[in-house]
Amino acid sequence: MSHDQSLNPDIMPNEPEKATLEGKNKFLGFWFFLGGETVLFASLFGTFIALRHSTADGPTGNEIFGLELVFIMTMLLLTSSLTSVYAVYHMRNNDFNKMQLWFGITALLGIGFLGSEIYEFTHYITEYGFTFRSSAFGSAFYALVGFHGGHVTFGLAWLIGLMVRNAKRRLNLYNAPKYYTFSLYWHFIDVIWVFIFTVVYLMGKVG
Amino acid sequence: MSMAASQKRSFGAFLWDYLTTVDHKKIAHLYLFGGGFFFLLGGLEAMIIRIQLIKPENDLVSAGFYNELFTMHGTTMIFLAAMPLLLGLMNAVVPLQIGARDVAFPFLNSLGFWLFLFGGIMLNMSWLFGGAPDAGWTSYVPISTTSPGHGVDFYVMGLQIAGAGTLIGGINFLATIINMRAPGMTFMRMPLFSWTTFITSVLILFAFPALTIGLFLLMFDRMFGTAFFDVSLGGNAIIWQHLFWIFGHPEVYILILPVFGIFSDVFSTFSKKRLFGYTAMVFATILIAFLGFMVWAHHMFTVGLGPVANSLFAIATMAIAVPTGIKIFNWLATMWGGSISINSTMLWALGFIPTFTIGGMTGVMVASVVADYQYHDTYFVVAHFHYVIVGGTVFGIMAGLHHWWPKMFGRILNEAMGKLTFWTFFIGFHLTFFIQHFLGLMGMPRRYWVFLENQGLDLGNQISTVGAFFMAFGVIVFLINIVHTAVKGEKAEADPWDGRSLEWTIASPPPHYNFKQTPLVRGLDPLWIEKTEGKGKMTPAEPLGDIHMPNSSFLPFMISLGLFIAGFGFIYQVDHNWAYSLLFGGMAITLVCMMIRSLKDDHGHHIPKEDLEGEAK
Repeated sequence: MSHDQSLNPDIMPNEPEKATLEGKNKFLGFWFFLGGETVLFASLFGTFIALRHSTADGPTGNEIFGLELVFIMTMLLLTSSLTSVYAVYHMRNNDFNKMQLWFGITALLGIGFLGSEIYEFTHYITEYGFTFRSSAFGSAFYALVGFHGGHVTFGLAWLIGLMVRNAKRRLNLYNAPKYYTFSLYWHFIDVIWVFIFTVVYLMGKVG
Repeated sequence: MSMAASQKRSFGAFLWDYLTTVDHKKIAHLYLFGGGFFFLLGGLEAMIIRIQLIKPENDLVSAGFYNELFTMHGTTMIFLAAMPLLLGLMNAVVPLQIGARDVAFPFLNSLGFWLFLFGGIMLNMSWLFGGAPDAGWTSYVPISTTSPGHGVDFYVMGLQIAGAGTLIGGINFLATIINMRAPGMTFMRMPLFSWTTFITSVLILFAFPALTIGLFLLMFDRMFGTAFFDVSLGGNAIIWQHLFWIFGHPEVYILILPVFGIFSDVFSTFSKKRLFGYTAMVFATILIAFLGFMVWAHHMFTVGLGPVANSLFAIATMAIAVPTGIKIFNWLATMWGGSISINSTMLWALGFIPTFTIGGMTGVMVASVVADYQYHDTYFVVAHFHYVIVGGTVFGIMAGLHHWWPKMFGRILNEAMGKLTFWTFFIGFHLTFFIQHFLGLMGMPRRYWVFLENQGLDLGNQISTVGAFFMAFGVIVFLINIVHTAVKGEKAEADPWDGRSLEWTIASPPPHYNFKQTPLVRGLDPLWIEKTEGKGKMTPAEPLGDIHMPNSSFLPFMISLGLFIAGFGFIYQVDHNWAYSLLFGGMAITLVCMMIRSLKDDHGHHIPKEDLEGEAK
């Protein structure tokens, strides 16, 4: 019966994430979800661009942004996207342990990113008094970057949950789509960060 | 209603079944009764509005209460009545039309419904907790940011929760229609209702996130002291209008496109003809959806975006009349030379064409920028959008309900009462709203709780109110019809209307697995092809085998309940610290339930082949 096939397949197919109808549905549905998320972030970007000079005599982006830290954060997140590609590569080779290892590295890099972001926000608040409420620019900045940070946090919780839950059993056709949709999500928040890096930080420095 | 089956079990079991169901047909019932309840509530609000305006300087309600009434009337009708009723019909019909046993994400389907219901209850809780939102359904800032009390907070939280449910529903239908079609059911063989559901889901997917962000910004400004719309800190009030209408304009196509599909199926069934210009209909739908995203600023002509922006948006808006016109002519051509039978379903469809065309014509009028400075915020606009939303969406929902009621509940709605409902509602509708065009042209503004005597507005408003009572009468007859049909309505056979598409090939109501064997589709109108060129029934595409079905779950209810509780926490943390316990408690319920869903395996179950053989054919 297909029931047992999905948990203990005789042969692991090349793309285990799309081998079952449930997997295919998840794959497709998740792409659509990311389409909606694109509009979500587009709305935040639009709001940010409209308000980025509305500093109300408070600190401007040019005064407070430190590109060194942001560059390190960018590298952490981009690398974590790469390591999740390795993890999916091992998933397709049905090498569970290596997949878990690379996803573990992904999670560590993500935690590094998140830690840096928390440090960054704390720095702005304590050093410059630049908060969610201090100006329209502050509201727009924390909304956009914070929404992204929230996505990273949720993604980390999701990934760690998946890894712990499946640690004692092998890869199968039921959990492969779950890992795969996570990797799609992770790439998506990576892409969003590239835009944040450009629009918020680089344009904030030169604009 | 499948009362015969349910009465054997206790009421508790019946309730538990509906609380945990992931079956798209039962979720359709839930949407129908949930949406129907809010429709009555919104209708009640409309009646009070009309009674207040029956004579000059009436003092039935205060100005403040009037603001709450029209805000809640608009918000309820659009988010909690029209959309859920449409989602109910989609759930009931689309999986059957494409030959699927269920939707792609049954669990999410159920979650979508419960989020909508709890969001709707949240919004209406405002009546009990110190006053409803009063900033209009558009909730423009700074009216909404400065509105005292918690009314607008309930608007924000209620719509946020309900909107998440709608988004989930949209994604579900997209994946279902792409992945779950029966063998041979190519895209260009899908019935028009399935097509418009598909395109509507695309609109939902790309429009709702803009509202989500708009609501978040409003929430942050109202509850957490941010400055998005606070001009003194550099904020900008126009951002709300843009975000709201980037969502809001596609929203009106979300309301109208599904009923275009319903009418297409109805016209072709009751004219006994293939839909005229099927391909043109599909592409007109896609074109309307595409253009629907590019016209949002026509709601903002008087804001001062400048002549270039206004002209571009005006031209794009007028362009939508072209694909819509294609549709109107195709419906007429479908009936041309057909063998037409006129029953209550068809009456709604026939009433729709002139009504909606008037709404479309006034639409082109308000799209013209210069003239719009005159129409803006008058009863002319009120008349226009009621002609398209009531004359389009409500007529379409009524046509769809009469058409598919036998498939949903196994009984045929009473024909005499159906006709009475149509004629009173139709006449009442035109009495109420036609005169409002002229009231608007004479300068009567929207959203005012009184008007002065002897301004030429007295008689018009009186007529309008009388019309509203006709509509209310029609709705009451329809309610009686529902009860009458449930108790002693005529039992429906599988194919009561001599139908053309797959939903009419299976029993009314269908078994919970829909198709014992997936049908093989040989063309557009598959059942009609088999009737005219085949054996009169579908050829199965697979041998009889075990059927895999999803398991019921109580988690969607709990996830939505958690957000509902957290919503109160968000609203009241502004002035009470105890509200944080609601906030964190509610979020904890939601997140824990999501985690259970994610980590606990749920493989569904199989209906063995032997059981299927045992059941009646």
